[in-house]
Amino acid sequence: MNLAIFLLALFDGVAYAALVFIVALGLTLIFGVMRILNVAHGSLYAIGAYATVSLTGYVLALGFAPVLAFPLMIVSAVLVGIAIGGPLEYFLLRRIYDKSEVLQLLVTFAVFMILEDVQRLVWGTQPYFDSSALQVLGNVSVFGVTYTAYQLILLPLIAVVLLLGMRFFLRRTVTGKLITATTEDREAAQSIGIDADKVFLFTFVIGAVLAGLGGALASPTTSILPGMGADMIVLSFAVVATAGLGQIEGAALTALMIGLGRSFAVYLYPEISVLVPYLIMVLVLLVRPEGLFGSPAARKI
Amino acid sequence: MKTKIMKRTVSALLASAMPVVAFAADKPDSLKIGMTAFLTGPASVFGVPARDAAEIMIENINAKGGINGVPIEINFIDEGAGAEALTSEYRRMVQSGGAEVMLASISSGNCQTIAPLAEDLQVPNLMWDCGTQRIFEENDYKYVFRTQANATPEMLATVAYLLKTKPDFKTIAVVNQDYAWGRDSWDIFSTALKAMKPDVEVVAEFFPKFGSPDFSTEISRLQALQPDVILSTSWGGDLDTFVQQASQRGLLNTSTFVLPLAESSLERLGAALTDGHIVGARGDHYFLHPERRNDEDFQAFMKQYEEKTGDVSVYPVFHASQAIAALTGAYEKAIADNSVDWPSEDQLLAALEGLTFQGLGRPVTLREDNQGVEDQLIGTSVQTGEYPFATLENIMIFDGDQLTTPVGEISIEWVKTLDAGFVDAISFDQFDN
Amino acid sequence: MSTRTDQPDTTAGKTSPEKGASPMKSALSLLWIIGIAAVVAVPFVAPSLKLLFTFAMAKGLGVLGVTVLLRAGQVSFGHALYFGIAAYAGAFLMTAMPSTDFLIVLLAGVAGATLASIFVGLFVVRYRGIFFGMLNLAFSMIFWSILEKFYHYTGGADGIRLERPTVFGSALNFNDFGMILYYVLVALMVGLGWYTMRWFNSPVGNLFQTIKTNETRLEYLGVSPKRALLSGYVLSAALCGVGGVMMGMAQGVVTPEYVWWVRSAEMVFIAVLGGAGSVQGAFLGALIYEAVRTYASVYAGDVWQMILGGFLLIIILFAPGGLIGILESLFKRKSDKKGGGK
Repeated sequence: MNLAIFLLALFDGVAYAALVFIVALGLTLIFGVMRILNVAHGSLYAIGAYATVSLTGYVLALGFAPVLAFPLMIVSAVLVGIAIGGPLEYFLLRRIYDKSEVLQLLVTFAVFMILEDVQRLVWGTQPYFDSSALQVLGNVSVFGVTYTAYQLILLPLIAVVLLLGMRFFLRRTVTGKLITATTEDREAAQSIGIDADKVFLFTFVIGAVLAGLGGALASPTTSILPGMGADMIVLSFAVVATAGLGQIEGAALTALMIGLGRSFAVYLYPEISVLVPYLIMVLVLLVRPEGLFGSPAARKI
Repeated sequence: MKTKIMKRTVSALLASAMPVVAFAADKPDSLKIGMTAFLTGPASVFGVPARDAAEIMIENINAKGGINGVPIEINFIDEGAGAEALTSEYRRMVQSGGAEVMLASISSGNCQTIAPLAEDLQVPNLMWDCGTQRIFEENDYKYVFRTQANATPEMLATVAYLLKTKPDFKTIAVVNQDYAWGRDSWDIFSTALKAMKPDVEVVAEFFPKFGSPDFSTEISRLQALQPDVILSTSWGGDLDTFVQQASQRGLLNTSTFVLPLAESSLERLGAALTDGHIVGARGDHYFLHPERRNDEDFQAFMKQYEEKTGDVSVYPVFHASQAIAALTGAYEKAIADNSVDWPSEDQLLAALEGLTFQGLGRPVTLREDNQGVEDQLIGTSVQTGEYPFATLENIMIFDGDQLTTPVGEISIEWVKTLDAGFVDAISFDQFDN
Repeated sequence: MSTRTDQPDTTAGKTSPEKGASPMKSALSLLWIIGIAAVVAVPFVAPSLKLLFTFAMAKGLGVLGVTVLLRAGQVSFGHALYFGIAAYAGAFLMTAMPSTDFLIVLLAGVAGATLASIFVGLFVVRYRGIFFGMLNLAFSMIFWSILEKFYHYTGGADGIRLERPTVFGSALNFNDFGMILYYVLVALMVGLGWYTMRWFNSPVGNLFQTIKTNETRLEYLGVSPKRALLSGYVLSAALCGVGGVMMGMAQGVVTPEYVWWVRSAEMVFIAVLGGAGSVQGAFLGALIYEAVRTYASVYAGDVWQMILGGFLLIIILFAPGGLIGILESLFKRKSDKKGGGK
């Protein structure tokens, strides 16, 4: 394997990892704060993609410049977070915080099933494809191989910004500190006057926006079609569990491992590329049962 | 249901009371048929058009009085609901729903499941869309017929077209979906290529998982390898994503793409599919079919379909038309041959043997092993500006007889025996567009 | 991050039958006997429902496996793995040796699932909660990928046929074999259901269930929680295996879909629907689920997932004891009234 191929595989892996990380980030944030593994995250991802394609298609048909596709991604993501994520937490999840983990997970699974049909009713079954955003940025050539600037530069950049931004937000801002405090000990936080309900709602909306953003960012590169959410959710579960639940930096590292593992597999032995996320997960958990960055939970007697 | 049975019993009693008409009371109120198709899941890109088309065609038949005065009533089963729901619903339709003929299915896996089931249930089953060549090569069936071709002629036609239009290529890579169709079609394609043009080098074989959202890594590798030809038998969202991503990164300018199922994606791919790539249609299926486009019935249907769905017809529409043509053809033939008002099941099966029928494409004939012999249309993509997507030029329609594995032989073994002369000997018709 | 304080667990609806008043218990037992009698009568009374019941019982056996784990507070999102392994073991056996006897196919399937579960179990019993669930998911997805990759042997996504086996040496036709399958399933349902209930009350079963309430206490008792969990894990996998190989024979074909993660989630779904931890609930849930799914996909093809999802939401939010919980509360009210009258 020469240096050029090594670098090419590296680029592909990073671009892929960036997208996986953005989706997993929302999932791990929700889990970290609310202890809910949200299966419906996959649906939010898909709806974010659908919304972006519809909005972009509509706005561009009106004759606006394709560069508008970028702000529309953010609009779609925020829409998903507020219009779907908000009500989901407020009307549904709020009722089940006292239930067991299994029931919580099944509630989100039920929501996932419902949203799958909603997508089909709204957008039909034909795949959509709208790459306006990607075409705006053009291509970059490396070692005679053409990449899109969107995948090679923009996606990794957004992932890094989100990672740093989330760290800063949770550690340096008041809202972030409130969230962290609620995560550490909900009762104690409430006793010092933190409105835990509000914190949960806020967190869930942010998580949902991130899922929608993942979908929005993925939309110019891939076909938007029924079932796309199911695939993404299994992958981001693998990332979140391998990283250690609620671990943001861990999610970034794991997404990178999975992205690179997958792209090197495609270069060296393509047949195993689909197995890579699961193999990494099993291997990591074999050595570190709580995940890469997880710490053993306190045990009660 | 009960009232209907009652009604039938009553009318049968009445009929038997009047000895003169006793033998004419056999005709049912309606001919119930069932059709399985993906209405959910990724393959609904095929199932939904087929369902829409079947509804239109049956409406048209019923408007003209049905088959010998009997209207057709069609019910659909969603293949996307999983194998159990499919088989239990299939059995229910046949055993208690009164379905006389079944049309199943899109997925090759479901065809493998349903073929023995149809034998057990003794219900005539027309396999209307699935591609696996194994069904009649591995088993004999009495009740199962296939109203279209299978993977072998579809792949051989593609190889023949490629060798005729681009005889000097040296290297090829493949990017197929990782499931039975992707693997089987590559087996047949590569075996045929090895037999007919042994000097071609296969530089890469990729089988990304079914429903893969991203082919960036594969495309990077393909750009580094620069193969002359890139084959992909993928379909639906997978094919769209692959071609779009490849197009964005300029891979379509450096390699010739061979896409045996791209006819079903032409409209969605829009401008992304540039000139000069080979497009197949799993048979002679094309909304601008060069021999049929001027026919009145063809035009009328295309118009009806576009009005109903807003899309142009794709190959599953043609496959549905063939199955329904076979159905009506068989009933009419059985009625005429036996001079009855309505045929018995045995008479129907006898009529299906060796039947020739014509849907929206050229006529198809059922062979003695119940496999349909269907001609194959292949063309080259061109952006003419007439439509907002690529259409076909330099179209060849290959004779299905020569491409279909002879009765009793196994496809792969038979394909191995072919040689370079096969391509020269094959008969076909050529059209500019 | 701290663990949230354990709230009273609503999934533990199962303790009430043992504790319940005896008139209620006998009324419920009577109901189960009537229920089993009704199932026995189905092929004669309502032959069109026979297939639905066949699938429901086969799936119910798989759900029973998931139910066993729920008793220890553990959820596996990959138990379709054992359902699938058993079905494939049966199919491979039938391909290698056509006209093998029905009983041998069944045993081969169960043996396959059991062996696999010992291998995977030794690894996953170290984990609890979400990690346990996710690791099971990972193993099932690895097996799924293998089924798809080695398509020359497994038939890939098309799967492989599971030909009709002989029954005690004689080849049966389609209808007779269907009948045999049906009554074998009834026997398995009753027998294994009874066995599982007995197992819950056995010493091993009791230790196993302590994992849910207080695992550390087990260690103080000098018992290895891993061994206790492993014993239940293998039992649960064997039950899934029985369900899987029976399903394979009923379908006549085995596909990788058997192992797909949605299948695993479906089993957990059914277990909770029926009443988490309840043996009867597993079968009742499977029957209702199959019925809703079949009829919804016929009469509401576009929204069957939505209907199932809505159904599950309603159960969790308003009847957390599942269908069994609803039944029990109905009977309790009745027997309370009776008690009040005295």
